[in-house]
Amino acid sequence: MPIEIDIAHVARLARLDLPQAELDDYRSQLGAILDHAAQVQSLDGEPSTESEHPLGLVNVLRPDERRPSLDRDEVLAQAPESRDGYFVVPPAMDSE
Amino acid sequence: MTLHDLTIVEAGARLRSGETTSADLLAAVLDRASQTEAQIHAYLTIDRAGAAEAAAKADADFADGIDHGPLHGIPMALKDNMCTRGLETTASSQILAGYVPPYDATVTTRLRDAGAVLIGKTNLDEFAMGSSTENSAYGASYNPWDIGRVPGGSSGGSAAAVAVGSALGALGSDTGGSIRQPASLTGIVGMKPTYGTVSRYGLIAFASSLDQIGPLARSVDDAAVMLEAIWGHDPLDSTSYAGEYPDLHSGMGRDVRGLRVGVVKELSGEGYEPAVEEAVATMVERLAAEGAEIVEVSLPTFDIAMSAYYLIAPAEASANLARFDGIRFGHRAEGATTNALMARTRAEGFGPEVIRRILLGTYALSAGYYDAFYGQAQKVRAAVQEDLARTYKTVDVLVSPTSPTVAFVAGDRVDDPLAMYLSDICTIPMNLSGDPGISVPISLDHQNLPIGFHVMAPSLGESVLFRVAAEVERLAEFTAKPVLQEVAG
Amino acid sequence: MTSPTANPTKYESVIGIEVHVELATKSKMFCGCAVEFGAEPNTNICPVCLGLPGALPVANAQAIEWIMEIGLALDCEVSERSIFHRKNYFYADLPKNYQISQFDIPVCHDGHLDVTVDNNTTRIRIERAHMEEDTGKSTHIGDGGRIHSAESTLLDFNRSGVPLVEIVTRPDIRSAAESRVYAQELRSVVAELGVSDARLEEGSIRFDANVSIRPEGQEELGTKVEIKNMNSFRSLERAVEYEIERQIAAVDAGRPIVMETRHWDEEAEVTHSMRIKEGSSDYRYFTEPDLVPMLMDESWVTAVREGLPELPADRLVRYQSQGLEGDLAGVMSAASTPVRSVYENAVDSGADPKSAANWLTGEVTAWLRRNDTDPTDMSLDGAQLTELLAIVDEGVVSSSAAKEVLVGVLEGEGTAREVAESRDLVQISDLSALEAAVDAVLDANPEAADNYRSGEQKVLGFLVGQVMRATQGKADPKQVNQLLRGKLAS
Repeated sequence: MPIEIDIAHVARLARLDLPQAELDDYRSQLGAILDHAAQVQSLDGEPSTESEHPLGLVNVLRPDERRPSLDRDEVLAQAPESRDGYFVVPPAMDSE
Repeated sequence: MTLHDLTIVEAGARLRSGETTSADLLAAVLDRASQTEAQIHAYLTIDRAGAAEAAAKADADFADGIDHGPLHGIPMALKDNMCTRGLETTASSQILAGYVPPYDATVTTRLRDAGAVLIGKTNLDEFAMGSSTENSAYGASYNPWDIGRVPGGSSGGSAAAVAVGSALGALGSDTGGSIRQPASLTGIVGMKPTYGTVSRYGLIAFASSLDQIGPLARSVDDAAVMLEAIWGHDPLDSTSYAGEYPDLHSGMGRDVRGLRVGVVKELSGEGYEPAVEEAVATMVERLAAEGAEIVEVSLPTFDIAMSAYYLIAPAEASANLARFDGIRFGHRAEGATTNALMARTRAEGFGPEVIRRILLGTYALSAGYYDAFYGQAQKVRAAVQEDLARTYKTVDVLVSPTSPTVAFVAGDRVDDPLAMYLSDICTIPMNLSGDPGISVPISLDHQNLPIGFHVMAPSLGESVLFRVAAEVERLAEFTAKPVLQEVAG
Repeated sequence: MTSPTANPTKYESVIGIEVHVELATKSKMFCGCAVEFGAEPNTNICPVCLGLPGALPVANAQAIEWIMEIGLALDCEVSERSIFHRKNYFYADLPKNYQISQFDIPVCHDGHLDVTVDNNTTRIRIERAHMEEDTGKSTHIGDGGRIHSAESTLLDFNRSGVPLVEIVTRPDIRSAAESRVYAQELRSVVAELGVSDARLEEGSIRFDANVSIRPEGQEELGTKVEIKNMNSFRSLERAVEYEIERQIAAVDAGRPIVMETRHWDEEAEVTHSMRIKEGSSDYRYFTEPDLVPMLMDESWVTAVREGLPELPADRLVRYQSQGLEGDLAGVMSAASTPVRSVYENAVDSGADPKSAANWLTGEVTAWLRRNDTDPTDMSLDGAQLTELLAIVDEGVVSSSAAKEVLVGVLEGEGTAREVAESRDLVQISDLSALEAAVDAVLDANPEAADNYRSGEQKVLGFLVGQVMRATQGKADPKQVNQLLRGKLAS
């Protein structure tokens, strides 16, 4: 059963600016993988429990305490562009 | 025995007896690296200065009577998806070229605190997505047993380094088999602990509910010693287990008399090389001869486990990799708007396998498809857990081949994602369940390529796991080492 | 305000409000960085709140307790089991390009807040209160600082990861005024709990409104429009009012309402279209695998509830036990926090609860409405109300004069006694002065006196009136009445 994939839409959701030829390739690869992965629908019945942390961890919370932050210079040294302590990016208004 | 061939335990004995020094061990492995790297490309970064400093410190500590334990002074490597402060960490991706983390992963800290000497960062499939280390943006790694073949993946660099002697031990990460499968293909021990026992803080995430860090080593003993240094509760990881941890050593050295060993029916047959199946069957017989009770078991959910994995893992990965956007760190492409910048950066920075999985994961989570794909995969996952729980009522451990085949030829599966994914068919169920698994080398096939024996146990069942693994190792007497053609310096 | 056309359709406005409350915890929701307003940019950051590779979240216990408090104060159910989800979308101020939030199992759900506007109380249902993390802040720089003409954007991640509680009502609100009062009341509740600074101007509380209209009597909801960027309670009210009018005008003119997000422009006093919502965005929610479920069992919820200040339902019972009956108890209990606070203080300083409640829900509320004054800004406090009631009791002023005294107090002229003096409203209580006034009137009106004596009872009213006039209304009519009777009888 061929699966319908709007690959352009998926690529947009994932912020991947790919040329059409590549998108076409990915679409057919995805189709093949999903055909195989669709096997999950052959599961008999419903499991009785929800899949959770294998050791059943719950209520893992930390006390409201301050811990040291990172040194700003060390962090901004990794930034592609920074100015006066800020990360710099182009304006937000986008053309999708 | 040359220094670089020692196990961690052996090296530790010599350090304490004064027979060798940490500096000598380091020199030996670095020398080995310079002899072998051109052929196997296990490393992305070697930190000579940092390692020398750590080795000197270790030697000074010993002289002062300070002893941090079995890893003290031992040269070790880390897979390059584990953050090391001040040392480039790339996850083998272009998108992180030049990225220097401002913090250490918890495992990095624990190794440093244990006095280990960190040699450098090893190669992997980009973002740990792959089974051959051919998906690295910085070039593939190769198998020391045959450099025309893959070392497996995604922890191929770590496996190759340990197998060849350019590290005495290394850490890898295992999401679908990425420690165990390369261990099997390179003839060493590789182990994935119970999910939650080793902190993931500082591990560049692939699939959060499946990733675990674990040891690649030359012996079961070494693997145990490494595991004890890195596991334990971490308050920085919400999924970290805070209860009592198993005792690894009490079981090792004990026989397997009376232990019930389940042979998984579904992990055999078509796609499995005869040599592999034979070697595994022979070992099972040997265990029986030692008094183990062999039971054939069937876990029908194992047949669809891989399908569930290939929906869950990419789905989580698609979200985990969203942070790579060129805004705060890493590669940044040109773009007049933030949207354009992000989309260009990601298309430029990610390799095809990563893009494939991001697209797959995004699709599996998207509106209209969630229930049929991701939602259903989680049900399969729960069913796998139930299947195992039922089975462990009648057996203590499960066994299978680690990989259906020995190391395959480089380039053979790179264009066939599905064929590549099948490499993980034996290992994936333990990632879905969170249970521990270990690969122990047992023999070579007629092509002189290693075969690995896979042992599985219930969650927190590391005691019985290591007990059986130790016995398998003893029975196998696998002492072969890869021989590389000598290459001029 | 609707356009006067022939046979105009009457519309009902249907409003829902989303509130985001920043919790005033010491550290962030998922990491130990400081929560601090106004710090130097990017100084309170770490791998977790910066979204660096390898980072992992660990939930803040205080934040969980506080969202439970908020939920309980709003009479919500606390979920027995609650989980976090990833809400996936790309935005430069969202470091992981997903927000850790909650999807279908929020910590709190199905509560309400009763809101009183002009003594009409409406129950606004709270659909849910859920936990999430805040984003970083972006500053656009370029010509004029407006988004459209910005050269670049500066990002500060200090705010990224601050605990945020999102509270969503059902579309039960019906007017702009009600929207404002709901917002103010919710803010009061949150501030009273001490869980947030809740300052609109600082952004520690933020309001978005979803506005739609439908013809009266129609059950089906109209297309809703989201309004953002209202930075005061006044602008919230004005924005909602504007939007209702805009929608009515559009529908009357035959133009369909587009489902979209609009920005309130404070200067121009209009809403601008921001972006078209294509259906709703595909956030691809899935359970956050880096966090584990929270189980809020009975004993935990009870412990949190016990630590709370008084809840509305309990307050109603308490007021009833003070002697407030029927509607009065309900209206007083649902009155705004400043008004209630006057009541409480008055009763504490000895005022009769019924009288205090009657004055507050009656004359005081009427004055506030007439003068378009916010209760937070009124000049009456508990002590002054008590004094007002006292001077009526003592007979210093008549009950009708007291209304004027009240106005004087509300207008900031001084205490009740001071206003009674300065506005010359003090009753004449001196018996001899009254007698003199009565005598004077009887002398001046012998016919009326005779008529009374010969049986015309109602002449008494005339005579009382004459005394009141002579004393400029400052005589106590009851006393005058008594004196007259006495003198006429003899």
